[in-house]
Amino acid sequence: MTVARLLLATVVGLILLFLALPIVVVMVVSFSSATYLTFPPPAFGMRWYTAYFTSDDWLRPTWLSLWVAACVVVLATFLGTLAAVGIGRLPRALRVLASALIVSPLIVPAIVAAIGIYYAFARYGLVGTPVGLILAHTCLAVPFVFISVSASLAGLDPRLEQAALSLGATPSGTFFQITLPLIRPGVLAGALFAFVTSFDELVVALFMSGSGAVTLPRRMWDDVLYQIEPTIAAVSTLTIVLTVVLMGCAHLLRKRAPTDLGQAGEP
Amino acid sequence: MLAFYAVPVLSMLIRSVNDPIWTLSHYASLTGDTVFLKVLSNTLYTSLIVTLGALVLGYPVALSLVRAPRCAPVILILILLPFWTSVLVRSYAWMVLMGRHGLINEALLAADMIDRPLRILNTPLATRIAMIHILLPYMVLPIANALRQIDPSLARASSGLGATPGATFRQITLPLSMPGVAAGMLLVFVLALGFYITPAMLGGPREITLSMLIAQQVDQLNWAYAATLSAVLLATTLAIIAAIYRLPGVGNALRMNAR
Repeated sequence: MTVARLLLATVVGLILLFLALPIVVVMVVSFSSATYLTFPPPAFGMRWYTAYFTSDDWLRPTWLSLWVAACVVVLATFLGTLAAVGIGRLPRALRVLASALIVSPLIVPAIVAAIGIYYAFARYGLVGTPVGLILAHTCLAVPFVFISVSASLAGLDPRLEQAALSLGATPSGTFFQITLPLIRPGVLAGALFAFVTSFDELVVALFMSGSGAVTLPRRMWDDVLYQIEPTIAAVSTLTIVLTVVLMGCAHLLRKRAPTDLGQAGEP
Repeated sequence: MLAFYAVPVLSMLIRSVNDPIWTLSHYASLTGDTVFLKVLSNTLYTSLIVTLGALVLGYPVALSLVRAPRCAPVILILILLPFWTSVLVRSYAWMVLMGRHGLINEALLAADMIDRPLRILNTPLATRIAMIHILLPYMVLPIANALRQIDPSLARASSGLGATPGATFRQITLPLSMPGVAAGMLLVFVLALGFYITPAMLGGPREITLSMLIAQQVDQLNWAYAATLSAVLLATTLAIIAAIYRLPGVGNALRMNAR
Protein backbone atom coordinates (compact mmCIF):
# COMPACT_ATOMS: atom_id res chain seq x y z
CA MET A 1 0.00 0.00 0.00
CA THR A 2 2.58 2.54 1.07
CA VAL A 3 4.99 1.27 -1.57
CA ALA A 4 2.35 1.65 -4.24
CA ARG A 5 1.57 5.12 -2.95
CA LEU A 6 5.22 6.14 -2.98
CA LEU A 7 5.60 4.78 -6.49
CA LEU A 8 2.57 6.75 -7.66
CA ALA A 9 3.94 9.90 -6.05
CA THR A 10 7.31 9.45 -7.75
CA VAL A 11 5.77 8.78 -11.15
CA VAL A 12 3.45 11.76 -10.84
CA GLY A 13 6.35 13.93 -9.72
CA LEU A 14 8.31 12.97 -12.82
CA ILE A 15 5.34 13.64 -15.09
CA LEU A 16 4.82 17.04 -13.50
CA LEU A 17 8.52 17.75 -14.04
CA PHE A 18 7.99 16.84 -17.70
CA LEU A 19 5.12 19.34 -17.79
CA ALA A 20 6.97 22.19 -16.13
CA LEU A 21 10.47 21.68 -17.52
CA PRO A 22 10.11 23.25 -20.99
CA ILE A 23 8.58 26.43 -19.59
CA VAL A 24 11.25 26.74 -16.92
CA VAL A 25 14.02 26.15 -19.46
CA VAL A 26 12.71 28.87 -21.77
CA MET A 27 12.59 31.31 -18.88
CA VAL A 28 16.15 30.46 -17.86
CA VAL A 29 17.47 30.68 -21.43
CA SER A 30 15.87 34.10 -21.86
CA PHE A 31 18.32 35.44 -19.27
CA SER A 32 21.25 33.82 -21.05
CA SER A 33 24.20 35.85 -22.24
CA ALA A 34 25.07 33.50 -25.10
CA THR A 35 24.29 34.40 -28.69
CA TYR A 36 22.92 30.96 -29.48
CA LEU A 37 20.64 28.51 -27.74
CA THR A 38 22.51 26.55 -25.15
CA PHE A 39 21.63 25.13 -21.82
CA PRO A 40 22.72 25.74 -19.16
CA PRO A 41 23.62 29.30 -20.17
CA PRO A 42 27.26 30.32 -19.66
CA ALA A 43 26.23 33.51 -17.83
CA PHE A 44 23.11 35.50 -17.12
CA GLY A 45 22.04 38.95 -18.23
CA MET A 46 19.20 41.05 -19.55
CA ARG A 47 20.74 41.19 -23.01
CA TRP A 48 17.85 39.65 -24.93
CA TYR A 49 15.25 41.72 -23.14
CA THR A 50 17.19 44.82 -24.12
CA ALA A 51 17.34 43.49 -27.68
CA TYR A 52 13.57 43.04 -27.64
CA PHE A 53 12.65 46.39 -26.14
CA THR A 54 14.97 48.35 -28.42
CA SER A 55 14.01 46.61 -31.64
CA ASP A 56 11.31 48.23 -33.69
CA ASP A 57 11.14 44.97 -35.58
CA TRP A 58 9.80 43.26 -32.47
CA LEU A 59 7.83 46.12 -30.92
CA ARG A 60 5.72 46.81 -34.00
CA PRO A 61 4.27 43.26 -34.11
CA THR A 62 3.73 43.44 -30.35
CA TRP A 63 1.65 46.58 -30.62
CA LEU A 64 -0.27 45.14 -33.54
CA SER A 65 -1.04 41.96 -31.57
CA LEU A 66 -2.18 43.96 -28.54
CA TRP A 67 -4.30 46.22 -30.71
CA VAL A 68 -5.89 43.36 -32.64
CA ALA A 69 -6.53 41.44 -29.40
CA ALA A 70 -8.15 44.52 -27.83
CA CYS A 71 -10.53 44.91 -30.79
CA VAL A 72 -11.28 41.18 -30.72
CA VAL A 73 -12.12 41.44 -27.02
CA VAL A 74 -14.67 44.18 -27.69
CA LEU A 75 -16.28 42.44 -30.67
CA ALA A 76 -16.18 38.88 -29.34
CA THR A 77 -17.42 39.81 -25.88
CA PHE A 78 -20.30 41.77 -27.34
CA LEU A 79 -21.29 39.09 -29.85
CA GLY A 80 -20.63 36.15 -27.56
CA THR A 81 -22.67 37.63 -24.71
CA LEU A 82 -25.56 38.49 -27.01
CA ALA A 83 -25.47 34.99 -28.44
CA ALA A 84 -25.46 33.37 -25.02
CA VAL A 85 -28.35 35.52 -23.84
CA GLY A 86 -30.33 35.24 -27.06
CA ILE A 87 -29.94 31.54 -27.63
CA GLY A 88 -32.06 30.59 -24.64
CA ARG A 89 -35.00 32.33 -26.25
CA LEU A 90 -34.88 30.25 -29.41
CA PRO A 91 -36.95 27.13 -30.12
CA ARG A 92 -35.12 23.99 -29.06
CA ALA A 93 -34.15 22.58 -32.47
CA LEU A 94 -32.80 25.91 -33.62
CA ARG A 95 -31.00 26.36 -30.31
CA VAL A 96 -29.02 23.13 -30.70
CA LEU A 97 -28.10 24.02 -34.26
CA ALA A 98 -27.10 27.58 -33.36
CA SER A 99 -24.93 26.59 -30.42
CA ALA A 100 -23.23 23.88 -32.48
CA LEU A 101 -22.48 26.55 -35.07
CA ILE A 102 -21.11 29.04 -32.56
CA VAL A 103 -18.94 26.47 -30.81
CA SER A 104 -17.74 24.88 -34.06
CA PRO A 105 -14.46 26.87 -34.30
CA LEU A 106 -13.31 24.88 -31.26
CA ILE A 107 -13.76 21.59 -33.11
CA VAL A 108 -12.81 22.45 -36.68
CA PRO A 109 -9.04 21.98 -37.08
CA ALA A 110 -7.29 25.35 -37.05
CA ILE A 111 -5.69 24.81 -40.42
CA VAL A 112 -9.06 24.15 -42.05
CA ALA A 113 -10.56 27.28 -40.52
CA ALA A 114 -7.44 29.25 -41.44
CA ILE A 115 -7.42 28.42 -45.14
CA GLY A 116 -11.19 28.83 -45.31
CA ILE A 117 -10.92 32.31 -43.87
CA TYR A 118 -7.93 33.09 -46.08
CA TYR A 119 -9.78 31.99 -49.19
CA ALA A 120 -12.90 33.97 -48.31
CA PHE A 121 -11.10 37.12 -47.15
CA ALA A 122 -8.66 37.23 -50.07
CA ARG A 123 -11.53 38.19 -52.38
CA TYR A 124 -12.24 41.30 -50.35
CA GLY A 125 -8.61 42.35 -50.03
CA LEU A 126 -8.59 41.69 -46.31
CA VAL A 127 -5.40 39.62 -46.28
CA GLY A 128 -2.52 41.52 -44.71
CA THR A 129 -4.78 44.03 -42.98
CA PRO A 130 -5.49 44.33 -39.25
CA VAL A 131 -9.23 44.35 -40.04
CA GLY A 132 -9.00 40.90 -41.60
CA LEU A 133 -7.14 39.58 -38.58
CA ILE A 134 -9.64 41.12 -36.18
CA LEU A 135 -12.59 39.58 -38.01
CA ALA A 136 -10.93 36.17 -38.24
CA HIS A 137 -9.83 36.13 -34.60
CA THR A 138 -13.29 37.26 -33.50
CA CYS A 139 -14.78 34.13 -35.09
CA LEU A 140 -12.33 32.01 -33.12
CA ALA A 141 -12.81 33.90 -29.84
CA VAL A 142 -16.63 34.06 -29.75
CA PRO A 143 -17.04 30.42 -28.61
CA PHE A 144 -14.98 31.06 -25.48
CA VAL A 145 -17.13 34.04 -24.51
CA PHE A 146 -20.26 32.13 -25.41
CA ILE A 147 -19.35 29.14 -23.22
CA SER A 148 -18.25 31.27 -20.31
CA VAL A 149 -21.36 33.46 -20.36
CA SER A 150 -23.66 30.47 -20.90
CA ALA A 151 -22.22 28.88 -17.78
CA SER A 152 -22.97 32.04 -15.81
CA LEU A 153 -26.49 32.24 -17.20
CA ALA A 154 -27.16 28.61 -16.29
CA GLY A 155 -26.54 29.50 -12.66
CA LEU A 156 -28.84 32.49 -12.74
CA ASP A 157 -32.09 32.30 -10.81
CA PRO A 158 -34.80 33.05 -13.43
CA ARG A 159 -37.07 34.38 -10.66
CA LEU A 160 -34.83 37.45 -10.34
CA GLU A 161 -35.60 38.48 -13.92
CA GLN A 162 -39.28 37.64 -13.48
CA ALA A 163 -39.41 39.73 -10.32
CA ALA A 164 -37.86 42.71 -12.07
CA LEU A 165 -40.28 42.42 -14.98
CA SER A 166 -43.31 42.06 -12.74
CA LEU A 167 -42.25 45.11 -10.77
CA GLY A 168 -42.50 47.12 -13.96
CA ALA A 169 -38.96 47.13 -15.30
CA THR A 170 -38.59 47.17 -19.06
CA PRO A 171 -36.90 44.14 -20.65
CA SER A 172 -33.80 46.21 -21.39
CA GLY A 173 -33.83 47.66 -17.89
CA THR A 174 -34.02 44.14 -16.49
CA PHE A 175 -31.11 43.06 -18.65
CA PHE A 176 -28.84 45.94 -17.70
CA GLN A 177 -29.77 46.16 -14.02
CA ILE A 178 -30.32 42.51 -13.10
CA THR A 179 -28.96 40.04 -15.64
CA LEU A 180 -25.77 41.79 -16.69
CA PRO A 181 -24.44 42.51 -13.18
CA LEU A 182 -25.10 38.89 -12.20
CA ILE A 183 -23.32 37.37 -15.18
CA ARG A 184 -20.49 39.90 -15.13
CA PRO A 185 -17.83 37.41 -13.90
CA GLY A 186 -18.66 35.11 -16.81
CA VAL A 187 -18.52 37.99 -19.28
CA LEU A 188 -15.18 39.21 -17.93
CA ALA A 189 -13.70 35.70 -17.94
CA GLY A 190 -14.92 35.31 -21.53
CA ALA A 191 -13.30 38.62 -22.46
CA LEU A 192 -9.98 37.44 -21.02
CA PHE A 193 -10.24 34.15 -22.93
CA ALA A 194 -10.95 36.14 -26.08
CA PHE A 195 -7.88 38.32 -25.54
CA VAL A 196 -5.58 35.35 -25.02
CA THR A 197 -7.10 33.49 -27.98
CA SER A 198 -6.32 36.36 -30.31
CA PHE A 199 -2.98 37.26 -28.77
CA ASP A 200 -1.60 33.70 -29.04
CA GLU A 201 -3.20 32.81 -32.36
CA LEU A 202 -0.76 31.71 -35.03
CA VAL A 203 -2.27 29.42 -37.65
CA VAL A 204 -4.74 31.99 -39.02
CA ALA A 205 -2.10 34.70 -38.73
CA LEU A 206 0.28 32.64 -40.87
CA PHE A 207 -2.10 33.00 -43.77
CA MET A 208 -3.79 36.30 -42.97
CA SER A 209 -0.82 38.39 -41.87
CA GLY A 210 0.69 38.74 -45.33
CA SER A 211 3.46 41.28 -45.09
CA GLY A 212 1.26 44.15 -43.96
CA ALA A 213 -0.04 42.89 -40.61
CA VAL A 214 2.59 40.80 -38.86
CA THR A 215 1.47 39.80 -35.37
CA LEU A 216 3.79 38.83 -32.55
CA PRO A 217 3.29 35.04 -32.86
CA ARG A 218 3.85 35.39 -36.61
CA ARG A 219 7.05 37.35 -36.00
CA MET A 220 8.22 34.68 -33.54
CA TRP A 221 7.43 31.96 -36.05
CA ASP A 222 9.55 33.65 -38.73
CA ASP A 223 12.40 33.95 -36.27
CA VAL A 224 12.14 30.34 -35.10
CA LEU A 225 12.43 29.11 -38.66
CA TYR A 226 15.18 31.37 -39.92
CA GLN A 227 17.39 32.14 -36.98
CA ILE A 228 17.92 30.67 -33.58
CA GLU A 229 18.45 33.48 -31.15
CA PRO A 230 17.48 33.83 -27.51
CA THR A 231 15.47 37.03 -28.18
CA ILE A 232 12.54 34.77 -28.87
CA ALA A 233 13.03 33.15 -25.45
CA ALA A 234 12.72 36.59 -23.87
CA VAL A 235 9.58 37.30 -25.90
CA SER A 236 8.21 33.88 -24.94
CA THR A 237 8.83 34.55 -21.26
CA LEU A 238 7.01 37.88 -21.50
CA THR A 239 4.04 36.34 -23.28
CA ILE A 240 3.94 33.43 -20.81
CA VAL A 241 3.75 35.89 -17.93
CA LEU A 242 1.05 37.94 -19.66
CA THR A 243 -1.17 35.02 -20.65
CA VAL A 244 -0.76 33.19 -17.35
CA VAL A 245 -1.77 36.30 -15.42
CA LEU A 246 -4.80 36.85 -17.66
CA MET A 247 -5.87 33.21 -17.64
CA GLY A 248 -5.35 33.05 -13.89
CA CYS A 249 -7.71 36.01 -13.52
CA ALA A 250 -10.23 34.29 -15.79
CA HIS A 251 -9.95 31.12 -13.74
CA LEU A 252 -10.59 33.00 -10.49
CA LEU A 253 -13.51 34.87 -12.04
CA ARG A 254 -15.14 31.65 -13.15
CA LYS A 255 -14.66 30.18 -9.71
CA ARG A 256 -16.61 33.11 -8.32
CA ALA A 257 -19.34 32.77 -10.92
CA PRO A 258 -22.67 31.39 -9.61
CA THR A 259 -22.01 28.00 -11.20
CA ASP A 260 -19.62 26.74 -13.73
CA LEU A 261 -19.82 23.64 -15.84
CA GLY A 262 -17.46 21.79 -13.57
CA GLN A 263 -14.65 24.17 -14.46
CA ALA A 264 -11.27 22.51 -14.30
CA GLY A 265 -9.99 21.94 -10.83
CA GLU A 266 -13.08 22.73 -8.89
CA PRO A 267 -13.01 20.39 -5.92
CA MET B 1 -29.21 38.81 -34.02
CA LEU B 2 -28.09 35.22 -34.29
CA ALA B 3 -27.49 35.40 -38.00
CA PHE B 4 -25.01 38.16 -37.27
CA TYR B 5 -22.32 35.95 -35.73
CA ALA B 6 -23.48 32.82 -37.49
CA VAL B 7 -22.70 34.36 -40.86
CA PRO B 8 -18.92 34.74 -40.50
CA VAL B 9 -18.59 31.30 -38.94
CA LEU B 10 -20.89 29.65 -41.41
CA SER B 11 -19.38 31.26 -44.47
CA MET B 12 -15.95 30.30 -43.21
CA LEU B 13 -17.09 26.71 -42.79
CA ILE B 14 -18.76 26.50 -46.15
CA ARG B 15 -15.80 27.96 -47.94
CA SER B 16 -13.34 25.72 -46.20
CA VAL B 17 -15.17 22.61 -47.26
CA ASN B 18 -16.80 23.78 -50.42
CA ASP B 19 -14.27 25.89 -52.23
CA PRO B 20 -13.39 23.67 -55.14
CA ILE B 21 -16.02 23.15 -57.76
CA TRP B 22 -17.84 20.19 -56.32
CA THR B 23 -16.87 17.28 -58.42
CA LEU B 24 -16.08 14.00 -56.83
CA SER B 25 -13.08 13.48 -59.09
CA HIS B 26 -10.81 15.09 -56.45
CA TYR B 27 -11.93 12.54 -53.93
CA ALA B 28 -11.73 9.68 -56.39
CA SER B 29 -8.14 10.54 -57.22
CA LEU B 30 -7.23 10.57 -53.52
CA THR B 31 -7.64 6.84 -53.19
CA GLY B 32 -4.84 6.21 -55.67
CA ASP B 33 -2.65 9.01 -54.31
CA THR B 34 0.28 7.42 -52.48
CA VAL B 35 1.46 10.71 -50.96
CA PHE B 36 -1.97 11.35 -49.51
CA LEU B 37 -2.33 7.83 -48.16
CA LYS B 38 1.09 7.95 -46.55
CA VAL B 39 0.39 11.35 -44.99
CA LEU B 40 -3.01 10.26 -43.76
CA SER B 41 -1.72 7.08 -42.15
CA ASN B 42 1.19 9.01 -40.66
CA THR B 43 -1.21 11.59 -39.18
CA LEU B 44 -3.50 8.94 -37.72
CA TYR B 45 -0.55 6.98 -36.36
CA THR B 46 1.02 10.04 -34.72
CA SER B 47 -2.33 10.99 -33.17
CA LEU B 48 -2.75 7.46 -31.84
CA ILE B 49 0.73 7.39 -30.28
CA VAL B 50 0.17 10.83 -28.76
CA THR B 51 -3.21 9.78 -27.38
CA LEU B 52 -1.84 6.62 -25.79
CA GLY B 53 1.18 8.47 -24.43
CA ALA B 54 -1.03 11.15 -22.92
CA LEU B 55 -3.27 8.48 -21.40
CA VAL B 56 -0.37 6.64 -19.76
CA LEU B 57 1.05 9.88 -18.35
CA GLY B 58 -2.29 11.55 -17.67
CA TYR B 59 -4.08 8.90 -15.66
CA PRO B 60 -1.71 8.82 -12.66
CA VAL B 61 -1.70 12.62 -12.55
CA ALA B 62 -5.50 12.74 -12.60
CA LEU B 63 -5.63 10.10 -9.91
CA SER B 64 -3.31 11.97 -7.58
CA LEU B 65 -5.08 15.25 -8.37
CA VAL B 66 -8.26 13.75 -6.92
CA ARG B 67 -6.77 11.49 -4.24
CA ALA B 68 -4.21 13.81 -2.67
CA PRO B 69 -6.14 16.93 -1.66
CA ARG B 70 -3.12 18.50 -0.02
CA CYS B 71 -0.99 18.35 -3.15
CA ALA B 72 -3.89 19.12 -5.50
CA PRO B 73 -3.35 22.91 -5.75
CA VAL B 74 0.32 22.43 -6.66
CA ILE B 75 -0.50 19.74 -9.21
CA LEU B 76 -3.27 21.87 -10.66
CA ILE B 77 -0.99 24.88 -11.06
CA LEU B 78 1.67 22.72 -12.71
CA ILE B 79 -0.94 21.46 -15.17
CA LEU B 80 -2.58 24.80 -15.86
CA LEU B 81 0.54 26.96 -16.28
CA PRO B 82 1.74 25.11 -19.40
CA PHE B 83 -1.89 24.76 -20.47
CA TRP B 84 -2.26 28.52 -20.60
CA THR B 85 0.94 29.03 -22.54
CA SER B 86 0.60 29.19 -26.30
CA VAL B 87 1.36 26.17 -28.46
CA LEU B 88 4.01 28.16 -30.30
CA VAL B 89 5.89 28.97 -27.11
CA ARG B 90 5.73 25.40 -25.86
CA SER B 91 6.90 24.01 -29.19
CA TYR B 92 9.74 26.51 -29.09
CA ALA B 93 10.57 25.37 -25.56
CA TRP B 94 10.96 21.84 -26.86
CA MET B 95 13.24 23.12 -29.62
CA VAL B 96 15.42 24.62 -26.91
CA LEU B 97 15.41 21.38 -24.94
CA MET B 98 16.04 19.02 -27.81
CA GLY B 99 18.42 21.09 -29.91
CA ARG B 100 22.06 20.18 -30.57
CA HIS B 101 23.17 22.20 -27.56
CA GLY B 102 19.92 21.71 -25.68
CA LEU B 103 19.43 20.48 -22.15
CA ILE B 104 18.92 16.84 -23.11
CA ASN B 105 22.07 16.57 -25.17
CA GLU B 106 24.19 18.51 -22.69
CA ALA B 107 22.94 16.35 -19.82
CA LEU B 108 23.61 13.12 -21.67
CA LEU B 109 27.06 14.35 -22.71
CA ALA B 110 27.89 15.38 -19.15
CA ALA B 111 26.82 11.96 -17.92
CA ASP B 112 29.08 10.34 -20.52
CA MET B 113 26.16 8.37 -21.86
CA ILE B 114 26.82 9.61 -25.39
CA ASP B 115 29.95 11.08 -26.95
CA ARG B 116 28.28 13.11 -29.66
CA PRO B 117 25.05 15.20 -29.58
CA LEU B 118 22.04 13.13 -30.55
CA ARG B 119 19.78 14.25 -33.32
CA ILE B 120 16.40 14.53 -31.64
CA LEU B 121 15.04 17.64 -33.28
CA ASN B 122 13.37 17.14 -36.68
CA THR B 123 12.46 13.55 -35.97
CA PRO B 124 9.01 12.02 -35.42
CA LEU B 125 9.99 11.42 -31.80
CA ALA B 126 10.43 15.16 -31.19
CA THR B 127 6.97 15.92 -32.56
CA ARG B 128 5.37 13.18 -30.49
CA ILE B 129 7.01 14.15 -27.21
CA ALA B 130 6.06 17.80 -27.65
CA MET B 131 2.50 16.95 -28.68
CA ILE B 132 2.05 14.70 -25.65
CA HIS B 133 3.29 17.56 -23.50
CA ILE B 134 0.96 20.08 -25.11
CA LEU B 135 -2.12 17.85 -25.05
CA LEU B 136 -1.63 16.24 -21.64
CA PRO B 137 -3.96 18.66 -19.78
CA TYR B 138 -6.79 17.72 -22.15
CA MET B 139 -6.39 14.16 -20.90
CA VAL B 140 -5.90 14.92 -17.21
CA LEU B 141 -8.85 17.27 -16.71
CA PRO B 142 -11.69 15.01 -18.00
CA ILE B 143 -10.27 11.96 -16.18
CA ALA B 144 -9.97 13.94 -12.95
CA ASN B 145 -13.58 15.08 -13.45
CA ALA B 146 -14.77 11.50 -13.85
CA LEU B 147 -12.76 10.30 -10.86
CA ARG B 148 -14.19 13.06 -8.72
CA GLN B 149 -17.72 11.95 -9.46
CA ILE B 150 -17.14 8.42 -8.17
CA ASP B 151 -18.89 7.92 -4.86
CA PRO B 152 -16.08 7.34 -2.30
CA SER B 153 -18.31 4.96 -0.32
CA LEU B 154 -17.97 2.46 -3.19
CA ALA B 155 -14.24 2.15 -2.61
CA ARG B 156 -14.80 1.89 1.15
CA ALA B 157 -17.40 -0.81 0.66
CA SER B 158 -15.05 -2.71 -1.62
CA SER B 159 -12.15 -2.69 0.82
CA GLY B 160 -14.54 -3.37 3.69
CA LEU B 161 -15.57 -6.53 1.86
CA GLY B 162 -11.96 -7.61 1.77
CA ALA B 163 -10.72 -6.40 -1.62
CA THR B 164 -7.08 -5.37 -1.85
CA PRO B 165 -6.39 -1.78 -2.88
CA GLY B 166 -5.24 -3.06 -6.27
CA ALA B 167 -8.43 -5.02 -6.79
CA THR B 168 -10.56 -2.07 -5.69
CA PHE B 169 -8.79 0.09 -8.23
CA ARG B 170 -9.15 -2.43 -11.04
CA GLN B 171 -12.75 -3.35 -10.36
CA ILE B 172 -14.28 -0.11 -9.04
CA THR B 173 -12.26 3.00 -9.83
CA LEU B 174 -10.94 2.12 -13.26
CA PRO B 175 -14.27 1.06 -14.83
CA LEU B 176 -16.09 4.05 -13.33
CA SER B 177 -13.52 6.48 -14.68
CA MET B 178 -13.87 5.17 -18.24
CA PRO B 179 -16.17 7.98 -19.47
CA GLY B 180 -13.45 10.44 -18.49
CA VAL B 181 -10.81 8.34 -20.20
CA ALA B 182 -12.89 8.16 -23.38
CA ALA B 183 -13.51 11.92 -23.28
CA GLY B 184 -9.82 12.66 -22.74
CA MET B 185 -8.76 10.32 -25.53
CA LEU B 186 -11.31 11.89 -27.84
CA LEU B 187 -10.10 15.41 -27.12
CA VAL B 188 -6.43 14.53 -27.48
CA PHE B 189 -6.88 12.47 -30.62
CA VAL B 190 -9.03 15.05 -32.38
CA LEU B 191 -6.74 17.94 -31.46
CA ALA B 192 -3.68 15.92 -32.47
CA LEU B 193 -5.20 15.26 -35.90
CA GLY B 194 -5.34 18.96 -36.68
CA PHE B 195 -1.98 19.92 -35.19
CA TYR B 196 0.04 22.14 -37.45
CA ILE B 197 2.51 24.28 -35.55
CA THR B 198 4.30 21.58 -33.57
CA PRO B 199 4.94 19.10 -36.38
CA ALA B 200 5.95 21.95 -38.69
CA MET B 201 8.49 23.20 -36.14
CA LEU B 202 9.84 20.01 -34.64
CA GLY B 203 9.13 17.31 -37.19
CA GLY B 204 11.44 16.28 -39.95
CA PRO B 205 10.94 17.26 -43.58
CA ARG B 206 9.89 13.71 -44.40
CA GLU B 207 7.40 13.54 -41.55
CA ILE B 208 4.45 15.42 -43.02
CA THR B 209 1.05 15.54 -41.37
CA LEU B 210 -2.24 16.19 -43.10
CA SER B 211 -2.39 19.80 -41.90
CA MET B 212 1.15 20.44 -43.17
CA LEU B 213 0.22 19.02 -46.55
CA ILE B 214 -2.82 21.32 -46.63
CA ALA B 215 -0.69 24.38 -45.86
CA GLN B 216 1.83 23.33 -48.50
CA GLN B 217 -0.87 23.00 -51.14
CA VAL B 218 -2.27 26.43 -50.31
CA ASP B 219 1.20 27.91 -50.68
CA GLN B 220 1.34 26.38 -54.14
CA LEU B 221 -2.14 27.79 -54.82
CA ASN B 222 -3.38 24.26 -55.34
CA TRP B 223 -6.79 25.13 -53.93
CA ALA B 224 -8.82 22.19 -55.13
CA TYR B 225 -6.42 19.69 -53.58
CA ALA B 226 -6.08 21.68 -50.35
CA ALA B 227 -9.84 21.94 -49.97
CA THR B 228 -10.32 18.25 -50.63
CA LEU B 229 -7.74 17.45 -47.96
CA SER B 230 -9.43 19.86 -45.57
CA ALA B 231 -12.74 18.14 -46.13
CA VAL B 232 -11.12 14.79 -45.39
CA LEU B 233 -9.53 16.14 -42.20
CA LEU B 234 -12.77 17.74 -41.05
CA ALA B 235 -14.83 14.65 -41.88
CA THR B 236 -12.40 12.39 -40.01
CA THR B 237 -12.55 14.69 -37.00
CA LEU B 238 -16.33 14.86 -36.98
CA ALA B 239 -16.72 11.12 -37.53
CA ILE B 240 -14.50 10.35 -34.55
CA ILE B 241 -16.35 12.84 -32.36
CA ALA B 242 -19.71 11.41 -33.42
CA ALA B 243 -18.58 7.84 -32.78
CA ILE B 244 -17.17 8.43 -29.30
CA TYR B 245 -19.78 10.94 -28.21
CA ARG B 246 -22.39 8.16 -28.32
CA LEU B 247 -20.62 6.14 -25.65
CA PRO B 248 -22.46 6.45 -22.33
CA GLY B 249 -21.23 9.21 -20.04
CA VAL B 250 -18.79 10.73 -22.50
CA GLY B 251 -20.99 13.67 -23.38
CA ASN B 252 -21.30 14.49 -19.71
CA ALA B 253 -17.57 14.14 -19.10
CA LEU B 254 -16.86 16.48 -22.02
CA ARG B 255 -18.90 19.28 -20.59
CA MET B 256 -15.98 20.42 -18.53
CA ASN B 257 -14.20 23.59 -19.53
CA ALA B 258 -13.57 24.13 -23.17
CA ARG B 259 -10.10 25.46 -22.75
